[in-house]
Amino acid sequence: MLPGLKFVAVLGVVVGAMGSIPAQAETIRVNIDKLVFAPANISAKVGDTIQWVNEDVLAHTATVKGDWDVMIPPKKTVSFVLKKAGDVEYYCRFHPNMKGRIAIAPK
Amino acid sequence: MFVRLSTAVAVICLLGTPSFAQGAKPTDPQIAHIAYTAGVIDVTAAKQAIKKSKNKAVVSFAKDMVRDHEAVNKQALALVKKLKVTPEDNDTSRTLTKQAAAKQAELAKLKGAAYDKAYAANEVAYHKAVIGALETQLIPASSNAELKGLLETGVKIFQGHLEHAEHVAAELK
Ligand SMILES: [Cu+2]
Repeated sequence: MLPGLKFVAVLGVVVGAMGSIPAQAETIRVNIDKLVFAPANISAKVGDTIQWVNEDVLAHTATVKGDWDVMIPPKKTVSFVLKKAGDVEYYCRFHPNMKGRIAIAPK
Repeated sequence: MFVRLSTAVAVICLLGTPSFAQGAKPTDPQIAHIAYTAGVIDVTAAKQAIKKSKNKAVVSFAKDMVRDHEAVNKQALALVKKLKVTPEDNDTSRTLTKQAAAKQAELAKLKGAAYDKAYAANEVAYHKAVIGALETQLIPASSNAELKGLLETGVKIFQGHLEHAEHVAAELK
């Protein structure tokens, strides 16, 4: 077993034993290739980070109407921390035919 | 509904939607040239809009068109180089360029809100025409798989721009 994995396992046991500690924040990757968010539908919780990996030569955005707007330049990876619970639909302002959805559970 | 639809058709006819020459099946070098030309035309129209318009939504849409079509055309040039295909001028490209120049001269005479509306409406019509040509003529005629793939991505880009142009046009009403 790798030392790192062992550490994670021990940490898991400790966190499990403590019980009331909130779940660890995760990083969820969403790939963008040829104007498609993949996976298009994801589940996350408040505090998680969404990481958009843009493989296109085009700039895109992940935009929620009346709320957040994340610029994703060509060939770049951009991270965004989810702050509010809710079911959100996001789209690209430059190519509104690009759509994604995140079900955000409370912490 | 019928009345609205026929009005829309009349408007599009007045605008003179670019037509793509029907006829002999284009070759890959010709297809590459047509696709590249279609991008250049939209960049030229956008640059005119950036100069002429004072509307924030119109100018930012136009900047998006310049950025996207220049990026895609750069990718297209890299692909044809890799495939050792030399883009070849042809009747469709020439017709498109001629129609675009006429449209640009017409738009040049307009000012303010009238210009903004005409530019946005033409962007809607133009993107629809290009999508139609890609789907019904260029993609089926292309023989190289990578070229076909680039054209298919092109359809998605033009569809995205079409929706964006429709939002801009709706805001101007
Ligand atoms: Cu986009």
